[in-house]
Amino acid sequence: MSAAAALPGEPKVDLAAARAHGLTGAEFAAIERILGRVPTFTELGVFSVMWSEHCSYKSSRKHLKTLPREGANVVVGPGENAGAIDVGDGWVAVFKIESHNHPSYVEPYQGAATGVGGILRDIFTMGARPIASMDSLKFGAIDHPRTRYLVNGVVGGIGGYGNCVGVPTVAGEVMFDPGYNGNILVNAFSLGLARREDLQSARARGVGNPVLYVGSATGRDGIHGASLLASAEFDAESEAKRPTVQVGDPFTEKLLIEACLEAIKTGAIAAIQDMGAAGLTSSSSEMAGRGGLGVELDLDRVPLREPNLSPYEILLSESQERMLIVAEHGREAELAAVFEKWDLHAVVIGAITGDGRWRARFRGGVVADIPVAALSDAAPLYDRPAAPPGRAPIETRPAAAVARPEPAAAMRALIASPNVASRRMVFRQYDSLVLSNTVAGPGGDAAVLRIKGSRRGLALKVDSNPRACALDPYLGAIATVCEAARNVACVGARPAAITNCLNYGNPERPEIMWQFVRGVAGLGDSARAFNTPVISGNVSFYNETEGRAIPPTPTIAVVGTFADVSLNIKHCFSLPGDLVVLVRTAPPSLAASEYADLFRVAGGALAPIDLVRERRLLDGLVECAQRRLLRSAHDVSEGGMAVALAEACFDSDRGLGAEIEPVATDGDAEAWFGEGASSVIVSAPAENLKAIRDIFAPLEVRPVGRVAAAARLKLGRWFDEDVATLRRLYEEALPGRLGRHD
Amino acid sequence: MKWGVVRFPGSLDDGDALWALRDVLGQEAAPLWHKEESLGGAECVVLPGGFSYGDYLRCGAIARFSPIMKSVARFAADGGLVLGICNGFQILCEAHLLPGALTRNRSLAFVCDFVDLRVENPSTPFTRAAHRGETLRLPIKHGEGCYVAPEDELRQLEERGQILLRYVDERGEATDAANPNGSMRSIAGVANDRFNVFGLMPHPEHAVEAALGGVAGRKIFESIAGAAR
Repeated sequence: MSAAAALPGEPKVDLAAARAHGLTGAEFAAIERILGRVPTFTELGVFSVMWSEHCSYKSSRKHLKTLPREGANVVVGPGENAGAIDVGDGWVAVFKIESHNHPSYVEPYQGAATGVGGILRDIFTMGARPIASMDSLKFGAIDHPRTRYLVNGVVGGIGGYGNCVGVPTVAGEVMFDPGYNGNILVNAFSLGLARREDLQSARARGVGNPVLYVGSATGRDGIHGASLLASAEFDAESEAKRPTVQVGDPFTEKLLIEACLEAIKTGAIAAIQDMGAAGLTSSSSEMAGRGGLGVELDLDRVPLREPNLSPYEILLSESQERMLIVAEHGREAELAAVFEKWDLHAVVIGAITGDGRWRARFRGGVVADIPVAALSDAAPLYDRPAAPPGRAPIETRPAAAVARPEPAAAMRALIASPNVASRRMVFRQYDSLVLSNTVAGPGGDAAVLRIKGSRRGLALKVDSNPRACALDPYLGAIATVCEAARNVACVGARPAAITNCLNYGNPERPEIMWQFVRGVAGLGDSARAFNTPVISGNVSFYNETEGRAIPPTPTIAVVGTFADVSLNIKHCFSLPGDLVVLVRTAPPSLAASEYADLFRVAGGALAPIDLVRERRLLDGLVECAQRRLLRSAHDVSEGGMAVALAEACFDSDRGLGAEIEPVATDGDAEAWFGEGASSVIVSAPAENLKAIRDIFAPLEVRPVGRVAAAARLKLGRWFDEDVATLRRLYEEALPGRLGRHD
Repeated sequence: MKWGVVRFPGSLDDGDALWALRDVLGQEAAPLWHKEESLGGAECVVLPGGFSYGDYLRCGAIARFSPIMKSVARFAADGGLVLGICNGFQILCEAHLLPGALTRNRSLAFVCDFVDLRVENPSTPFTRAAHRGETLRLPIKHGEGCYVAPEDELRQLEERGQILLRYVDERGEATDAANPNGSMRSIAGVANDRFNVFGLMPHPEHAVEAALGGVAGRKIFESIAGAAR
């Protein structure tokens, strides 16, 4: 039986208080059973955050366990702050993606900024120097009254934080869809590099080892960010939750990166974890839980930004730029000296114990005394009912009655559509160059990074396909993995591992749970087929506003590796006379396409995806790159083959065009604008065609035209336009709709 | 030649400058810690890009008071070569080692892009490897790179040849459209009147390798290395 006493003046703890904290009646009863008494108010707060969906994964854990996590290259799988893979020459790449959806909708600048800060800490807490970031952003319709404000805030926040902390933002995606009008998505990815022997763990060890608090002081910001904001749907009062959003300080984060990496070099760190969601509570209980140990904290020693914080506030604060370190006994002064050099706090606030309890002291008394296991492994686990919706959501919009547009007009409209047009106005606001590793930055199929002092390199891309997932959450998830992997293979890298952010609505609704379960199944099947283990990730539920859920949106980031990064391939045509070749696994269709959405025509159902053929395509692209057979490769995505061909002409330095044969009839929208199947446009010298065919067999490999010295794009007999004119449409569309930055 | 690269808290491109100088260009270069006063025998001091002290008050406003800056000011007064890149340029202006000031970009947004720059005066230690009117393609990445100075000052800078680099278009013209931040007279880089202190917003250290953004930045470093010899 534990003993913890209520503080004078604390609110009464009962079922109503528990419900106000987001706990159910059954969960409150379980807490009373675990403690053998009514929890103190502080304990109630601690349970509410640790048992929140956001921290406990109580609805998703059962399903996430089915994902493939093993692989020859996996160094650290799920369970630590981020996963890690071996990338050769003694280097490991540490990466993860995480959502910051709710905070970014409520307070876009700080929400997005702290999303970047949080994911960076997950990386350097592993002992890796963050070297690249990406972001997947989903906004509502481009003409929705709130969209411009949200785009400016989110992009400003990502840039404001990422640029100031000195980690380049090298790739990403931006999509506009009315399905996100009331709930945007901000998924932030970061990747770091470490020497294998420098990898750190968040598993506490050593009874008696001191617990060090480092970084910024604790304030009242972000209290209940995880439980009340991230683990509930939006309603009319969500605006009032703005104070639950944290405020970022990238300057301190930069100091923290340098200080932590320097501190790690001393060898005096036994375990380290950032104070993210649920702050001091989660970092201390999770580290102790992983090590099967206990921890005792003295809250009077926690550096505070303002006086008179209650223990409840200290434990639940989500103030940013803070880390918790378990030091090797007797070496805390050595660590403190490193942090002092960087003008940061480093204070011993507790110690690791052997009794398996999570205990917090405040002004001489014990304010919380909980079995560590109850906060981690023994947290609730739900097997929520999942059932498909009554009616298949194949066509939700007025179908077919609208006449298909004339193809040349369709092409011009697609090139300027918000989901196709150039993202330059967004990525120009991000430093993509700092650290001098960026071989190919934003705007290509995938970012390419070199590893200094090595021939090796990395490719990274993040993708999602909510339209396909809305039609079929299983096939949509597979299509998303295929696209991200294909983008990585297009630049010549071998897809190596996956991190994912699974964004869905309220899991307490069976049809949402069904979307989630099917999405996880699709992710698992494709990850197994491509031998790309899922090494880290995050689940974001409750993406709903007033009962309307977002489209199911599994966001997939794929990291690929190069044995020789100098073999990377660009997406633009590079030499007149080269053959333009279409390589694809299956014929395209208008299902879930930009064309169908833009022109309100029926796209039909998704076709099944043959993962063996998809794997062939990926392997073939990598082999072609290694044998230097290609001069360009570009994935066919939104807007189909016609748009991909135009994009391959948009290299400002070369000013080339292309002449494409009438491979399909002029009005054949499926062929020219269809998506769905995996298609790639490559260019190569004509003499390489046979080798390319052999590599991709049995896939369709079809020469469709030539790269031209004149900067015009000719498609069959139906389209003939100046590349500069097309480029203007492509470049000016987003600034025209969202406000100009020049 | 011996280079020193100052490391302020919040410096970001210090590692890039060291990489460019040591690993790419084969120079002798060492970091200089902001709390120290020694310049370690450097013949050229580089103030790198970044957000020193978070740039929370005004870009460069706090960095100028750090111990190392006392030494840099003395070094400059003695004729030593000082190169300020981006935030380093902002610090040099705040420290009055260079004329003018850098304010928020006209767009009010951060901008990261490659720009063309015209070499206006090749008779300086920082530009002597280039020729007059030569175009250099370098990246910029800043939110506060709009160069401003009083009209008299601008006229003087012009007359004395202190404007070393201007933003230009692909034809080499300093047009308004080619000006990425609204700088007065399209100024991208200026020197002091003794031509031993030079600040520029573009990042030459990010353009020294063909595979990563071209080699135009070498011209600046090679000029300095040649000048010191």
